[in-house]
Amino acid sequence: MSTSYFEHDADIGIIGRGLTIEQSFEAAAHAAFAIMTDLEAVHPVDAVIIDFDEPDVELALVVWLNQIFGKAREFGMVFSHFYIRRDGDHWHGKILGEKWREGLERGVEVKGATLTMLSVKQIGPIWESRCVVDV
Amino acid sequence: MNIQQLRQLHPYLWTLPKTAIEKRAEVLLYGNQLLLESMDDKVLEQIANVAALPGLAGAAMTMPDAHWGYGFPIGGVAAFDAEQGGIVSAGGVGFDISCGIRFLRSNLNLHDAVPLLNRLADRLFAAIPAGVGEEGHIRLNPDQLDRVLLGGAQWAVKQGYGNAEDLGYIEENGCVNGAIPEYVSDLAKKRQHGEMGTLGSGNHYLEVQLVERIYDQAAAQAFGLHEGQLVISIHCGSRGLGHQIGTDYLVMLAKAASRLGIRLPDRELACAPIKSPEGRQYLGAMNAAINCALANRQILTHLTRETFAEIFPQAALETLFDISHNTCKLESHQIDGKTRNLYVHRKGATRAFAPGHAKLPLRYRDAGQPVIIGGSMGTGSYVLAGSITNRAFASCSHGAGRAMSRNQALKRWDGRRLIQELLQQGILIRTRSMRGAAEEAPGAYKDVDQVAAITEQAGLARRVAFLRPKVCIKG
Repeated sequence: MSTSYFEHDADIGIIGRGLTIEQSFEAAAHAAFAIMTDLEAVHPVDAVIIDFDEPDVELALVVWLNQIFGKAREFGMVFSHFYIRRDGDHWHGKILGEKWREGLERGVEVKGATLTMLSVKQIGPIWESRCVVDV
Repeated sequence: MNIQQLRQLHPYLWTLPKTAIEKRAEVLLYGNQLLLESMDDKVLEQIANVAALPGLAGAAMTMPDAHWGYGFPIGGVAAFDAEQGGIVSAGGVGFDISCGIRFLRSNLNLHDAVPLLNRLADRLFAAIPAGVGEEGHIRLNPDQLDRVLLGGAQWAVKQGYGNAEDLGYIEENGCVNGAIPEYVSDLAKKRQHGEMGTLGSGNHYLEVQLVERIYDQAAAQAFGLHEGQLVISIHCGSRGLGHQIGTDYLVMLAKAASRLGIRLPDRELACAPIKSPEGRQYLGAMNAAINCALANRQILTHLTRETFAEIFPQAALETLFDISHNTCKLESHQIDGKTRNLYVHRKGATRAFAPGHAKLPLRYRDAGQPVIIGGSMGTGSYVLAGSITNRAFASCSHGAGRAMSRNQALKRWDGRRLIQELLQQGILIRTRSMRGAAEEAPGAYKDVDQVAAITEQAGLARRVAFLRPKVCIKG
């Protein structure tokens, strides 16, 4: 898995890559949360489950990311480990992290994933998921 | 932007000529050559897409500070007629619904305040929850949150945040009609759990500013502004709730478009006919988010007043005006001599009613609506007033607009060093995020002087005053 970023005038483009669609989704979530803090410092002590149905794989990326951002705000948490599995149109995820605490670096809040420059595609053996996130 | 494809109509107004096969309305771009050339080509592509949406009234327009947005360009203005099959677009409102500026005038002058500015900066930073991971002190149960979504700033005043005098100087007197909390998802409501009374992150800020220069004495007098005075700008919006509503409806409307008979050139333009069930649902949720933003800025106003009172017991902070940037509002406008009721989308644009408008507070009826063009933390901001020459559905610029991406800014500036440099210029920055400071470097923004001057020269609004930042609280 790997992550990188691309340019957008006002916000930030994120890219997640992996050997499967699911891995690319996990990497995209990693890219987004790395904007908010140093993920190496986050203790993956609490888990949150994410479940949703979405037949469109590109919209599934947006829903996946936005569900995580929503849970982060709902529980006052920051996440560093991301796992997702697909079963037909159903997506099941597990994310791990901790509550925000003193000592965690404060980056910039990512408020949500958008449909801008949204794509999920296979390039050779690698799946690549990308979109612009709103900060 | 390649301006060779444009035709200049006036010194500060351009159009994109249609090809023989294009089926769209007129596109109008406000700006001069310099500003237009600095815009991404995506701005033109996006506003041309907007001009092809059903039921558009008049032209689709961009303001002088336009830049590449989501579906609609930021700085985009478009009005739709429900009686002509017009649509409402989640992309045309944006994610941070009703992001805007609460502008306060004080009875303090800079020379009186200078010895205490450092303390003021520290106390404001402690009192105003700002930045990623920070939560507010207000916790609402679901019923209470629904009351916020229905009542806006009026709810906040009833709870003791601020006073009734504030309400007359907020758009729609602090509460829009048509909010339907039932159309707001549970996730959106849960996201707001710890976010009432928070500033947020990114380009949001609370600034204490000096009125450095007056351009229009009569309007300044009406607004209660004079040189040397301290004023406060609070820039934030509907926080997690508004963003989740934007996301929820963007996906829902994108899926519904083909069923509703709408061809979307860009999925992010997701929209529905105003009179459709989907359109009504979105409007109900969006209005709820507007009220959330108005309540949030009202709470922050209260926290700001409490902090000022600690440091300056004689301080009086009055709401000069509260403006929203990302909205869709039903308004009456003249087109070809006829008055039409239109749903005006302003995405990163400010409403700017002309002098005499019936919705303006009496105090500003002769001067026109106060408008703020927010600049960067190192340059400054402008106060303007609505103008009778405005032909853009009473809309104008809302900020300087970014000149470079956040990634580019991060590579070019170091947050700590930048804060030290600004301190040398007499600007006190308080933030927990050095990354955020670097991304918001003054050099990453366009020249706000240019944007304000062109806004005036294009007849969109008149400059009233220039504000210099003295204290900036960033998320």
